[in-house]
Amino acid sequence: MMPHPALFTPLLVASLAFFCWSVYRRFSLVLLGQPEQRLDQPLRRLQEMLVYAFGQLRVIRKPFGLNHFVIFWSFLILAVANGEFLLNGVFQSVRLELLPQWAHHALLTAFDLVSVLTLAAIAFSFCRRIFFKPPYLDSLYVKARSPEAFLILSFIALLMVAYLGMHAAIIAQGGEPAASAMPVSRMLAGLFAPNAPYLAALTLSLWWLHAAVLLAFICFLPHSKHMHILTAIPNCYLASLDWPNTQPREHFAKGELYGVGSVERFTWKDLFDSYSCTECGRCQDACPATNTGKPLNPRQIVHAIKVNLLENGPALREGRKGTLPLIGPEGEGTNTEDAIWACTTCGACMQACPVLIEQMPKIVKMRRHLVETESRFPEELLNLFENMEQRSNPWGIAPGERSKWVSTMPVRPFVAGETEYLLYVGCAGSFDSRAKQVTVALATVLNAAGVSWGILGKDEKCCGDSLRRLGNEFVFDRMARENVELFRERGVAKVITLCPHCLTTLKNDYRQYGLELEVMHHTELIAGLLQDGRLELGNAELALGKISYHDPCYLGRHNGVFDAPRALIEAATGQAPQELGRHRENSFCCGAGGGRMWMEEFIGDRVNHTRVDEALLGAPDTVCVACPYCMTMMEDGLKDRGAGQVRVRDVAEVLAEALRAAKA
Amino acid sequence: MLVVVCVKQVPDTTQVQIDPVTNTLIREGVPFIVNPYDTHAVEEALKLKDHFGFRVAAISMGPPNAEATLRKALALGVDRAILLSDRAFGGADTLATSKVLAAAIELLAQEEEVGVVICGKQTIDGDTAQVGPGIATRLDFCQLTLVDRVEELDLSQRKIRVRRKLEGRHEEVEAPLPVLLTVVRELNRPRYPSVSMRLDAADAQVELWDNSVLQLDVNSIGLKGSPTWVSRIFSPQRSLGEMLGDGVSDPEGAAQLLIDKMLEKDLLAL
Repeated sequence: MMPHPALFTPLLVASLAFFCWSVYRRFSLVLLGQPEQRLDQPLRRLQEMLVYAFGQLRVIRKPFGLNHFVIFWSFLILAVANGEFLLNGVFQSVRLELLPQWAHHALLTAFDLVSVLTLAAIAFSFCRRIFFKPPYLDSLYVKARSPEAFLILSFIALLMVAYLGMHAAIIAQGGEPAASAMPVSRMLAGLFAPNAPYLAALTLSLWWLHAAVLLAFICFLPHSKHMHILTAIPNCYLASLDWPNTQPREHFAKGELYGVGSVERFTWKDLFDSYSCTECGRCQDACPATNTGKPLNPRQIVHAIKVNLLENGPALREGRKGTLPLIGPEGEGTNTEDAIWACTTCGACMQACPVLIEQMPKIVKMRRHLVETESRFPEELLNLFENMEQRSNPWGIAPGERSKWVSTMPVRPFVAGETEYLLYVGCAGSFDSRAKQVTVALATVLNAAGVSWGILGKDEKCCGDSLRRLGNEFVFDRMARENVELFRERGVAKVITLCPHCLTTLKNDYRQYGLELEVMHHTELIAGLLQDGRLELGNAELALGKISYHDPCYLGRHNGVFDAPRALIEAATGQAPQELGRHRENSFCCGAGGGRMWMEEFIGDRVNHTRVDEALLGAPDTVCVACPYCMTMMEDGLKDRGAGQVRVRDVAEVLAEALRAAKA
Repeated sequence: MLVVVCVKQVPDTTQVQIDPVTNTLIREGVPFIVNPYDTHAVEEALKLKDHFGFRVAAISMGPPNAEATLRKALALGVDRAILLSDRAFGGADTLATSKVLAAAIELLAQEEEVGVVICGKQTIDGDTAQVGPGIATRLDFCQLTLVDRVEELDLSQRKIRVRRKLEGRHEEVEAPLPVLLTVVRELNRPRYPSVSMRLDAADAQVELWDNSVLQLDVNSIGLKGSPTWVSRIFSPQRSLGEMLGDGVSDPEGAAQLLIDKMLEKDLLAL
């Protein structure tokens, strides 16, 4: 009844050989990348892999993800059936019947049931792509309704049909002692006349159909987006364990190369990431640049790396240069400079990626190449770079004016042993007239709670956040060293920051320089003070009306501070703030991160307008923020949208107001 | 052909304050920067290098620490950097300064023909705008000041055509080589040094020329050669302006008044 192994074995061997060759061809290209340590802490990595790959935690966050969950687990279970099928085709004595009967029957039942489930899931997938395709499923070069996508779905469906049909035909011939364990196949067997003469031929045809599809799948797999079957699980194991995912340091010495200007300058993990992309489009759905019509699409960045590697790989392997530029004019396999500069480093793409691809650091690495090697960047950045280097603040204001805000109230200098916290005011809090009001408000709150704090005054320097995100690592490196030395010299251990960008830089980036500080955003510290009963807010009503809270990316998504600002607003006003449509981990950037604060926004809609429109849907009287950049972007956006009557307040200001009201 | 660009290290004047008691500049802790106009002069010299393949030498007269300014020029791509530093040069006014710079350029010209000398229109510490023209006079070069565009450099005819930025108008002028240009900020957008150029510049040789090289009469340079003496420095008291309205009650009216005043004084170009 079964086909002769002499016929099947060579086909299987040929397919496997082709598979191995393809996998070798593609995967050996990954080794062209630069070294990177991603094998430390195996237990933590294993845990990440279990949660994200096998648990599909990110996948099931979107409603349709459940469908993928079903297909994924069915695939794993049916891998046993398919393994047996292939082995049995070669060695006919190898059969599941060799297992204890209960195990054999349990497996058969499982295969039957998951096959039906898979068929249903595949039907859904077809419908989704044909009838209710979400817009983010399409990118410039990969389309949701591509032949490839339908071919893969058809392959899976055919496998199920062949599997169930073959078993139904065998049962109808009465030759299956385990028929009782196969509820679906047995039911289907009822469709055939028992022992009909065509059944043997049908069984054989379906066996060959199953074999043909399986072998075709094996051959096709490494050449399709379905390669993620092989890469997604290891990619979750190899993912960065640092969250937030900041950028790696660079080594500056003569003869070194800086940043990534060609594909082999990425690390092997960056390249492996590009093989792991499933083209699900979730990153592009979350990206503020993509959403406002910029040429940046994080998914396309990853896709470009893959295409570029495959195109240039053979030449690179022979030590020649690739011909397809990594950065250049629009085209598949190339990233445009406009795309690279459009990133706000908000991290929404990385938050959305089900297989933990790290898109944002790749963009920053390409920026490094443009800034450090090519000296090519949007012209408005020249001033910023010069100002940072010469005067250690983005506006180029005289450093002596850094502590001018102090004229409004008595402030102590930070002295180790005498003052507990360093209040790192930051450039905005020191120089920006609106942000200075927040500084004063925060100082008032800290004093009211009896916190012992001081400032560095004129000695404070910019943290360098914008420089690092913009790829000017050389100058950032210098500023970071200076700051680290200053903090060590002054014996700083605990820091309060006003700005989430200072927060993340001092806390996460300076760790790379061996400086471990206890850094807290002001909302975290004050929330703690409130809990300890060190702040009396009273119940006086504030004139702030309905408050909506906008999560700053670097406070929320990057540093996980979501609850503190909400708790503070609730404590001050007696009411929890209203949420914007996209909030907490899914918050939408104000448009100022990643150094975009200092750049013009010529292409597409303005990010802050998009965010303000979202805020205005809730008809708030006050939009609450916790970041000076968000403050500027929201205030400007509200004015542009003719909603200047809506106030923007930092959480610290809300608290200061509550304190004032309580006193009155 | 050699292009010589003159640069100066200046105190960051946004950070300079005048001691109200002694009426002297408080220079303590004030960082030095490259005179901003000179960065445009360097850029223009480098553009000539890129376009014509000229060599570029940057020269600066100043104390030994002015070397940092020359290193910045090296990081941007100048081929040679010479620091003119000697105690005898110290305390110089614009006349004595231009003598030293001119002597250095003459010395360079003995090795290679100097076709163009470029200076910033003025330095932000002295603001005299005299050194560039002084060098041209001493070298007997044509001087084209306040250049905001180099229209054409014709090597076969040995002439240069530039646009000068004057108040409210532009002027296009032509001069034979060799020529000295002083330049304004509108001329170009300075380039940004790449990391590898910065690292190379850090190790590059900055030549030091003292008066044993220039061999100038010590009575004609430095403090001794400077007819200008600073008798007093003070910050002028700003005479109070006019206060119209209370500045709060009628913002539209105030804005209108402001616009009218500015139109009256021809401060708004319409």
